[in-house]
Amino acid sequence: MAATGELTARRTAPRFAPGQVTLLRVALIAAIVVIWEAVAASGLLFRDVVPSLAKIGRQLIELLLHPNYLLKVELMFGLSFDVPIPEFYRHLWITVWEIATALVIGGSAGLLIGLVLGANPFLSQAFERFLYYLGPTPKIIFFPIMIMWFGVGPGSKVAMGTISCFFPIVLSTAAGMRQVEPVLIRVGRSFRANTWQMVTKIYLPAMREPIVNGVRLGLGVAVIGTLLAETKLSNRGIGFMIMDAYNTFDMPSMYAVLIVLFVVAIGANALVARASRR
Amino acid sequence: MRSVAASGKVVPVLFGLACLAAAVALIEGLIRAGLINRFIVPLPSEVGRSFERIIFEENVLMRLLVTCGEALMASLLLTVVGISLGVLLHRLKLLRLATETWIAAMASAPLVLMYPLFLVIFGRSAWTIIMIAFIAALPPVILKTLEGLSSTRPVLINVGRSFKLTPSQLYWKILFPAALPSIFVGVRLGMIFALINIVGVEFLINLGGLGQLVNELAERYDTPGTYAAICFVILVSVMFFIATERIEKWLRPGS
Repeated sequence: MAATGELTARRTAPRFAPGQVTLLRVALIAAIVVIWEAVAASGLLFRDVVPSLAKIGRQLIELLLHPNYLLKVELMFGLSFDVPIPEFYRHLWITVWEIATALVIGGSAGLLIGLVLGANPFLSQAFERFLYYLGPTPKIIFFPIMIMWFGVGPGSKVAMGTISCFFPIVLSTAAGMRQVEPVLIRVGRSFRANTWQMVTKIYLPAMREPIVNGVRLGLGVAVIGTLLAETKLSNRGIGFMIMDAYNTFDMPSMYAVLIVLFVVAIGANALVARASRR
Repeated sequence: MRSVAASGKVVPVLFGLACLAAAVALIEGLIRAGLINRFIVPLPSEVGRSFERIIFEENVLMRLLVTCGEALMASLLLTVVGISLGVLLHRLKLLRLATETWIAAMASAPLVLMYPLFLVIFGRSAWTIIMIAFIAALPPVILKTLEGLSSTRPVLINVGRSFKLTPSQLYWKILFPAALPSIFVGVRLGMIFALINIVGVEFLINLGGLGQLVNELAERYDTPGTYAAICFVILVSVMFFIATERIEKWLRPGS
């Protein structure tokens, strides 16, 4: 018994003072900053491959705050005026619009087909296998086809985002529908709910978590699909900004754009994840 | 009873395949009727014939080997570094508490977008492709290793301790074997991400194996060849996915 007591005591997780974790995080960040600055100053790599953090910070401020683009605002009766804004927001707006459109098209199609597959075991066995195996394939290789079908403008980027986000959403919806508790379905049927009422009152509320998870996964891959397409062929959007910085070897700008992009992507992901837990 | 169940599963699969064949035949018919522009969507029969051309003239098998070599290198790096970091974080609880959310955030960041940065650092070489695939696929390997080690049943650890195993023996005889299925899930996810990113970056920077083939054929406006190459890449990805899925099932027979 004594031995068991000792084992239990040893198994309990070590507890740390609340400040210890924060202190370690600060120490880690400080270590990263010191190493970064040392590499930047050492000249081991080509100039600006690892620029100093001060340079990146300046570029970040320039990117977010320096108004270098005139936005034309159209009013009624042909009246218009120009508002100076940082050009970054114009590119961000285009990318956000492409991703949102892709998510609406791919998400709606995924939700609809997922509901049909989840409700019908025969169709699920017939087609879900294809979707399951096509899901983890590299979608960017479809880009030449998307250019042929939708042109070199935003259409092909939206199409890339759409085919990227369709698969996780359809598979999550179909799996979520199969997991709906039978008692809820029986309650709906006992109230003589029609198909539309069953979907909107029973299935969708019961499937909120898998659907939101699917949307979260879909959002992640839609961001990647759209932005990779922008880096390959475009003249606007965040992907274009990254490639523009690469082509002019403006490394501080590239770091600044990547930092903002990662913050926005991680933030959007965290927001959707919070929605699924609510 | 089993044959009835088996036939119950075969009919929908056959129906799915028949629908796929019917869709291909319909597209062939619509193109021949002039309702779909054949310069945008080539005849499926023409795409089928292009397979022979891309195998013999475009040296697709050699390109497959190049892609597989890059995927193998990235997978090795992933396995060694990812599992080591997972073990390290499991042993150092404070470090885990401080960094686990960072790693999870990294998993949701579009890291593959850093490929132009890697092009500058590593040059236009296979190392750019390998390193971007490695970095982009690393977070799931670390997180799944951590999850596997943390969810080892306490009774197994207690058995090890009752045999007075040293910490190192406890790791190698109890914790690691118990966590292996979960670790493999992470490695498998990582390998799939790595393969996706490798083919994607090959396509984007026009270098390497299968991804470059798709890009080259598209730039030559060889539409049937492009479609055939895309089909080939999908086939390879699906086969890779099925093979790793089989290994995972073998490691977790109960799942």
